[in-house]
Amino acid sequence: MSAAPLRVLIVDDEAPARRRLQDLLADINEELPNIVVGEAADGIEALERLGVQAVDVVLVDIRMPRLDGIGLVQQLARRQAAPAVIFTTAYDQYAVRAFELSAIDYLLKPVRAQRLLLALKKLPRAGIDAVALRRLAPEGRRHLTSTERGRVLLVPLAEILYLKAELKYVTAHTREREYLVEESLVHLEQEFIERFVRVHRSCLVSRAAIAGCERGVDADGETRWLVLLHGMAEKLPVSRRQWPQIKALLKDDGL
Amino acid sequence: MTSIRQNHEPPRLPDFCNLGVWLRVLLGVNLLAALAAAAACRTLNELPGELARLSVFVEPPLIASLMLLCLVNRSILRLDYAAGAAVVVAISLATTVGAQVVLIPFEADAAAPASLIAALLWAALITGLLLYTFAMRARLQSPALAEARLMALTARIRPHFLFNALNAVLGVIRSDPRRAEQALEELADLFRVLMRENRELVPLSDEISLARKYLDIERLRLGDRLQVKWDIESCPPDALVPPLMLQPLLENAVYHGIEPALQPAEITIRFSRRGDQLLIELANPYAVGASEHAGNQMALANIRERLMLFFDLEARLETTASDGRYLVRMLMPYRPGPAE
Repeated sequence: MSAAPLRVLIVDDEAPARRRLQDLLADINEELPNIVVGEAADGIEALERLGVQAVDVVLVDIRMPRLDGIGLVQQLARRQAAPAVIFTTAYDQYAVRAFELSAIDYLLKPVRAQRLLLALKKLPRAGIDAVALRRLAPEGRRHLTSTERGRVLLVPLAEILYLKAELKYVTAHTREREYLVEESLVHLEQEFIERFVRVHRSCLVSRAAIAGCERGVDADGETRWLVLLHGMAEKLPVSRRQWPQIKALLKDDGL
Repeated sequence: MTSIRQNHEPPRLPDFCNLGVWLRVLLGVNLLAALAAAAACRTLNELPGELARLSVFVEPPLIASLMLLCLVNRSILRLDYAAGAAVVVAISLATTVGAQVVLIPFEADAAAPASLIAALLWAALITGLLLYTFAMRARLQSPALAEARLMALTARIRPHFLFNALNAVLGVIRSDPRRAEQALEELADLFRVLMRENRELVPLSDEISLARKYLDIERLRLGDRLQVKWDIESCPPDALVPPLMLQPLLENAVYHGIEPALQPAEITIRFSRRGDQLLIELANPYAVGASEHAGNQMALANIRERLMLFFDLEARLETTASDGRYLVRMLMPYRPGPAE
C-alpha cells in the first residue's frame, strides 16, 4: 500500500454502528492505513460532507432517514470523481439477494474486521459501477439534489414541473420555488426519458404536468405553440423542431 | 388450564386422493373382511379359501369406490358434511351393486337376491364405520394442529432486529461495557420469552415489562430518536393477555415510525378496560407515501391469527392511518388473573 492512508467516510444513522466501524477501522489500521475523515447520520449529511471533504471510500448503511443508502449512492454515481462505495446492512434477505445480483460490495452487520479489510483491499479503482447500481435499484433516482450555501436540498422528481437550462446551469421548477441543479439537461433527459419530455432546446417538461397547448407569443415576440401546465400560470414555448412530438403526445393523451 | 379455545367446526370428509387415506381405507376394509372370513370358517384350513372368495367380492368395489371418490373429491369437499357423506355411501353402494352384477354369473353357488342385499348392508355398514373413524380422527387432531400453529406463529423473530441489536452492543462494548452488559442481559430475557412455549395467557404486567426491555435495547441504537409514552393508569393490572403481542407491535412501530424519522418521534401505548373488554391502543408517526412493508402485514396477520386462536371471534385487531399517525387497536376479552 502507498503512503497516503485511505480516507473513509462512515454513513449510518445509528451512533453505535458508526462507533463500531470506527473501532474496526482502527483495528486494521496497521494492515491497511486508513483515516476516518468524517461521519454522517444520513444521505444528505453525507452529501454535505462530500461537498467539502475529499474521500476515497464511503461505508453506507442502507436504511436511513431522509435520503437512504441507495439514494445516496445514486446521487454519487452522477459525479465525475465519485468515491468508492461499500454498503453495510443488517440481515435482510431481499437486500442481500439484490446485492448478490449486482457487483457492488456489501458488509453484513455486525461487520467483522477481516471482512472489512478484505472489502477495502479489493475496492474498485474508479467510482461506482452504474450498471451494477441499476441492477440493485432498477427504479432509479427519486430526487435531484441542489446545494445552497453548503446545505444539500432534496428535490423530489415527482414535484418537478419543468427543468430549464440557462446559460451555465439548470433550474428545476416546482410549484413552490426553483432550485439550482448541477447536472446537464442532456443527461437529465436521458436518465428520465419516461418522466420528462423536451419541448425546447433548453427545456424539459414533466409529462404529467402538461395540461394542454395554445398559440401565443413567446418572450421574443414570436408567435408559436405554448405548453400549459397544471396549476401554474407560466407557459412554456415549444420549438418548431419539437412541436410534432408534443402534438403526438397530446393526441395520445386525448387532450 | 386450557387457554386455546377449541373451535367446534363441523367434521370434514377426508381427502380421498390422499395416499394415507387410501392406505387406511384399504387396511380397515381388509381387516374387517379377514374377521368376517374367520368368523365364517369352522376350521383353520378353510380360511384361505374363504378369504379368497370374499376378496373377489370386496376388492373390486373397494378399489372402484376409491378411484371414483378421488375423481369427485373436490366436488364432495365443497358440499356440507352430511351431503358429502351421503355421496360417499351412495358411491360405495353403487360399486357394490356393479360388482355383484358382473361377478355373480361367475360364482358357482351364487345365491341371487339375498346375497345382494347382504352385500349392500355390509357395504353401507363398513362405509359408515370408516367415515366415523375419519371424523373422530380429525376431531382429535385439530387442537394439536392449532397448538402447532400457535408455536410456529410465536417463534418468528425478526432478523432485522436481532442483528441490529447485536451490532449496537458491539458498538458500545469498548466505550461503555456496562451498557453493553445491560443490553445483552435484556436481549437474553427477551429471547428467553421468545423461545419458550407461549401457549398460555400471561399477566399484562409481564408483557409490559418485556416491552420495556425491548424498547431499552432499541434505545441503545436509536438514542433520543425513540420516545415512548405509556398510558397505563386505567389499565387493569391483573388482566391476562396472550403472550408476545406488544413486542411485535412495538417493533413495527419502531421500524415504520422511528427509524425513517431524523427527529425524535413518539410512540404512544394506552391500555384501558371497557366493561369486560380490554383495549390496547398503540400509535406511531409514519411518513405518508412510505411503502407498505411486507413485514408489517405479516406481523399483523400473525397477531390476528394468534388472537383468534386464543379468543376466537371475541378479539379484534384494527389499524387506521390518518394525520400522519398509524394506530393499532387491539380489543380482547378482559380475563382477570388469579389474585396475588
